[in-house]
Amino acid sequence: MNLRRLWAIMIKELRQLRRDRITLAMIIGMPVLQLVLFGYAINLNLRHLPAAVADQAQTAGSRAAVQDMLASGVIELRATAQSPQQLIDLLREGRVSVAIAVPPDYERRKLDGREAIQVMVDGSDNVVQSAAAQLAQYPLNQPDDFHAMAEQPISVVSFYNPERRSPVNIVPGLVGVILTMTMVLFTAVAIVRETERGNMELLITTPVSRTELMIGKVLPYAAIGLVQTSMVLLLGVWLFKVPIRGSLWDVYMAASLLILANLSLGLLISTRAKSQFQAMQMTFFVFLPSILLSGFMFPYDGMPRPAQWISELLPLTHFMRLIRGIMLRGATLGDLWHDSVALAAFIAIMLTLAIRLFHKRLD
Amino acid sequence: MSEVAIHARGLTKRFGQVVAVNKVNLEVPRACVYGFLGPNGSGKSTTIRMLCGLLTPSEGDIEVLGLHIPQQAEELKQHIGYMTQKFSLFDDLSVRQNLEFLATVQGLSRRDEKSRVDDLLKRYRLDDREEQLAGTLSGGQKQRLALAGAIVHRPELLFLDEPTSAVDPESRRDFWEKLFELADEGTTILVSTHYMDEAERCHRLAILDIGNLVADGTPAELTEKLKGRTFLVRAGTPRKAKEALDGQTDVLSVAQIGNELRVLMREGNASIDALRHRLDEAGAQAEVESVPPNLEDVFVVATRKHADKQEQPA
Repeated sequence: MNLRRLWAIMIKELRQLRRDRITLAMIIGMPVLQLVLFGYAINLNLRHLPAAVADQAQTAGSRAAVQDMLASGVIELRATAQSPQQLIDLLREGRVSVAIAVPPDYERRKLDGREAIQVMVDGSDNVVQSAAAQLAQYPLNQPDDFHAMAEQPISVVSFYNPERRSPVNIVPGLVGVILTMTMVLFTAVAIVRETERGNMELLITTPVSRTELMIGKVLPYAAIGLVQTSMVLLLGVWLFKVPIRGSLWDVYMAASLLILANLSLGLLISTRAKSQFQAMQMTFFVFLPSILLSGFMFPYDGMPRPAQWISELLPLTHFMRLIRGIMLRGATLGDLWHDSVALAAFIAIMLTLAIRLFHKRLD
Repeated sequence: MSEVAIHARGLTKRFGQVVAVNKVNLEVPRACVYGFLGPNGSGKSTTIRMLCGLLTPSEGDIEVLGLHIPQQAEELKQHIGYMTQKFSLFDDLSVRQNLEFLATVQGLSRRDEKSRVDDLLKRYRLDDREEQLAGTLSGGQKQRLALAGAIVHRPELLFLDEPTSAVDPESRRDFWEKLFELADEGTTILVSTHYMDEAERCHRLAILDIGNLVADGTPAELTEKLKGRTFLVRAGTPRKAKEALDGQTDVLSVAQIGNELRVLMREGNASIDALRHRLDEAGAQAEVESVPPNLEDVFVVATRKHADKQEQPA
């Protein structure tokens, strides 16, 4: 491989990119737009959820606990009920989406260390459910606000949908979704465009090697991917206070793995697609399962077996586990080596296939 | 080194059922401008692509600059330049950026690159537009840029696939001047065209028709063979005269040019008297005159002969 040649291809690619306003807009606009869209949906449902309370204990302690929950602003009291059954009725009628039941033996349960308060959630609304799940799942190290309540034995039972999800999950996942959306498409299109415009016929009659051509075209986009990652992280932390509990280095390593995986997949697509439109169609073919099956929207564990198998083949699935682990649970890349290795293997296979399938010939 | 730049035997390319190039034999001497003449779809581009190693031939042997193609195609790429039919430089890079990119990719040293690009910009009159985006150039300018790009590494052999199909006559003339300049410097040039006037300028040429090489030689050799078979008919009513001649067994083709008819007769029975007699019989008042054959006649004969041969029962 000739480094000067590689450099020339990269510079050429960046120069072309600078003049391509739409792609540039996509690089910057897409992460911001998605983050704001997803992010503010999260923010909205954190406030003023209609709630009902049935306090059957009526002790000073139980009243204080309910007041604390209301003070968080996540829920707003709309009705009081006499029994859990009435709460369920209110939920079913859709008049409230969160119901808090304090059993008559509240004080006793608390002393015994059993679950003392039950929060019932309208699980048919995913958004409500995740917000309410947060009532019980907030980090434990902020003693003075509502989140400290989580230390108390409160159990959340989600009706109609047993899966609990935290909105904080969305931002780390969003890094992966945006990278999948843009990286695969950019590389696939970048190469097919040259074929379409006839540039490729010229390039392959020069002494440029396949590897130089592929790597030279891909590296600029890898850099762009890291810029996008930084943008989403910065905005996520700044606007939505998303925690990064693991090391930043691990976050970027995981992002780099996903970027390279997507770029090599894009390269592979580019060797098969005949036009930019075809490249786009093929990208979509990968993108949709990635969104649906990676665990970004629906939990992996709830999927039927065949869907799980497909899911394991998607780089986004592995990234989703890595990034949530690193950012939210403070895990390291080493702790999650299964997924790191899976991504590395994906890159190796795709890149080998792509270079194999790319010929410096027209037939 | 041998005096032959390109040597091909039995070159054949099939795309599925379609035979695009059929058993073509070719010999191109060094430092000459060799023309490929043929209508669209005659296999010119396919042949060129096989010769530079972009397409794998279905059959046949190719030796270009002493290298076996397609096996040694990668080695060949340092020694050839290729100007594609469609403008294939980068529309969204400036003129200078395009040339610099190609120079680097072709392996010019950093020092050589700068002076070579400056030199080419001047030589091809692009120095006042070096910052302009290639996509915004005129047809003639694009074509000069494409030529400059194809020879940036001083190739021994240059392939040009219909380089002048999208430019005005003056730019075409100018372009051919540049080609002869290069040939004088020792570059072998293989150029495809469907313009007769361009074919006439080549040192040697090959005529391709539906994938077959139907004639080759110098333009003079090719026209010489048709001597005595071409006539000019001036008639008061050219349409009527044409009707009288069309379809006659000894007449190969009749083409109207303004008020005149150019008549090409079959080999062996070409005679000015027979032609006059025929016209008198039909009552067409006409003057007949013998004229020297041109490449268009060669082209008609070559493609017709081939069609006749194919029609014969096997």
